[in-house]
Amino acid sequence: MSEIIPIGPYHPLQEEPEFFKLHVEGERVTKLDIEIGYNHRGIEKLAESKSWDQVVFLVERICGICSTSHPAASVNAMEDAAGINAPERAQFIRMIVCELERIHSHLLWLGLAGHFIGYNTVWMWSWKYREIVCDVLEKISGNRQSYAMFKAGGVRRDILDEDIPWIRSSVDKLIPALDLFKGAVMDDPVIHARTKGIGILTEEMAKAYCVVGPTARASNVAIDVRRDDPYFLYDQVDFDVIVLGGGDVFDKAAVRILEMYESVKIIKQSLDLMKPGIVDLHIKEIPPGEGIGRAEAPRGEVYHYCLSDGSNFPARYKVRAPSYVNIFSNEVACIGQQVADAALVLAAVDPCYCCTERLIVVDNDTNKTREIKGNALIQLSHQRTEEIKKSLGIS
Amino acid sequence: MKWPDIEKKIKEKFGKQILKWAEHNERRIYADIPLPLLKEFVQFLLGPLKGRFIIASGVDTPRGVIEILYHFDFYQLPQVFSLRVMVDKKNPKVESLAGVSKAIEWIEREIHELLGIEFTGHPDMRHLILPDDWPEGNYPLRRDQ
Amino acid sequence: MNLKMKALTKSPWVYHLSTGSCNNCDIEILDCLTPRFDLERFGIQLVGSPRHADALLVTGNMTLKSMPRALEVYNQMPKPGVVIAIGTCSLGHGIFDGSYICPKTVDEVLPVDIYIPGCPPKPEAIIAGVAKLLNKLAGK
Repeated sequence: MSEIIPIGPYHPLQEEPEFFKLHVEGERVTKLDIEIGYNHRGIEKLAESKSWDQVVFLVERICGICSTSHPAASVNAMEDAAGINAPERAQFIRMIVCELERIHSHLLWLGLAGHFIGYNTVWMWSWKYREIVCDVLEKISGNRQSYAMFKAGGVRRDILDEDIPWIRSSVDKLIPALDLFKGAVMDDPVIHARTKGIGILTEEMAKAYCVVGPTARASNVAIDVRRDDPYFLYDQVDFDVIVLGGGDVFDKAAVRILEMYESVKIIKQSLDLMKPGIVDLHIKEIPPGEGIGRAEAPRGEVYHYCLSDGSNFPARYKVRAPSYVNIFSNEVACIGQQVADAALVLAAVDPCYCCTERLIVVDNDTNKTREIKGNALIQLSHQRTEEIKKSLGIS
Repeated sequence: MKWPDIEKKIKEKFGKQILKWAEHNERRIYADIPLPLLKEFVQFLLGPLKGRFIIASGVDTPRGVIEILYHFDFYQLPQVFSLRVMVDKKNPKVESLAGVSKAIEWIEREIHELLGIEFTGHPDMRHLILPDDWPEGNYPLRRDQ
Repeated sequence: MNLKMKALTKSPWVYHLSTGSCNNCDIEILDCLTPRFDLERFGIQLVGSPRHADALLVTGNMTLKSMPRALEVYNQMPKPGVVIAIGTCSLGHGIFDGSYICPKTVDEVLPVDIYIPGCPPKPEAIIAGVAKLLNKLAGK
């Protein structure tokens, strides 16, 4: 007997509405239908009616979590079309903001993943330490989210020299926090049991679905735009690209945790390498032509394409966000999993995710619909953690 | 395999049929190809050349044709290779590439609903991001809308 | 004040409804619940179903696709309940004004009781807004 469990489009926790239909047989997931578009705001069309400067603000509001990755790709595309390079100091400031955002985004994901498996302590802790990053970003840009730092040809605000020691000490405070998470997540037997071998995306499948970012790097596909197609001044700093081979939920979490250390490394090097200088070229127009900009967002490669006809407005603006390809890969990662693990697998690619407004189980034989109270999927997940704890003898 | 090798292989196989080869700079390469060649070309890029599909973008031009750009890269290489095909606005039909790579399935659905291009042989041509009751024949990204 | 209204002002449970937002406001709402701001000490809790909620926190643009779902969620919420619009998008359309996919603002679809502006509003602003609303409901 096959059942369909719709998840969504609204979920208590947060984030974009999306709609998943899980086809299940008994406890096993046999098929996944994904429906998106609840959040479609027509940004590509709107971009054609905004000036080049406004486009950066607009793309910043595609996603609040990666709210500098889109402007980063956007200014890359515009600078590619115009054939210019931003001043060196501006490039370092951009890198600092991008890497701070990567840390905040990974901590955010870690917290949510902790919540899904019933470890609310991890949620509270990681969001507590995330505040450090938010404070630094507030100091640099004046806002906790949506920093409005980037523009074609430079940045809008300089980092003041007197702030640099404080920024450095704040970033240093992150290291003990990251050590804590590394220990708490990577050595915990319950988390091992819940995440190892769950939702495996093989290297072959990762390549077939063209996934990007940590989702790809956990499946042994070593791609990172920062290294492969260096933008800003990523070729002047030293960092490692974390690649693991398991492709399961555990490896996806591990890649993100280890990546945060690399981000801290990049921030410190950028602060060291930064020299006084101008931060903005004040470019007036984008000449006719095409531009392609790429940037490594916390979730993977962001891809922007812009077409200029020499006017104030883009003639065409195309955006490809990393979740666009990553969410689709759930089609294979979910198959054969237990329903209780499905929430975790769906969350593991860090999409803007789940959405259990309520679950309706449609019984195919009788066609009767029965409703399960909200949160049921997460509760199922919590139950499974409890079972594992019991079998491991941990209370 | 480095980019010069890839470029040589592409030119060896399709050299005469490529309408225009443009290098914006050493990392951004564009090639215009005739529409019937598209499937074979993409199969060659993703198969023997081990390329990675990034995205396709459709552009409605004032010239009465719709351009579709298919963007590819080659994993660790910095180059982005974009294939450009022209589709007649009066008869917007393109052979679907969904069979070549799973990753192309969603973007074809999106281009279909935003620009009104029909992808022949696509397994699942439902709406992707617009509501199901969106009026037929209203394509938001077309210039005449 | 009747009993229902009195109950509403004590430890209100909130349900979060994103109608096409960019996640910024949504993160800040969640942030209110985490250690630095910790709204749970006032009994404010995020719940998993609109049927348990006293207040709807609406963020975003009200896209065409989410409009019927948002109404359904509102109808499921027990009355009396309040609707709180958070962020510039849900006040007007903000930067998304003129998009083909969001013809109506949030307050044209749902009866909004309080607006909290900002892109995104800081957690302090959200807390201040909710506190003002509760004071007003309590007749202070």
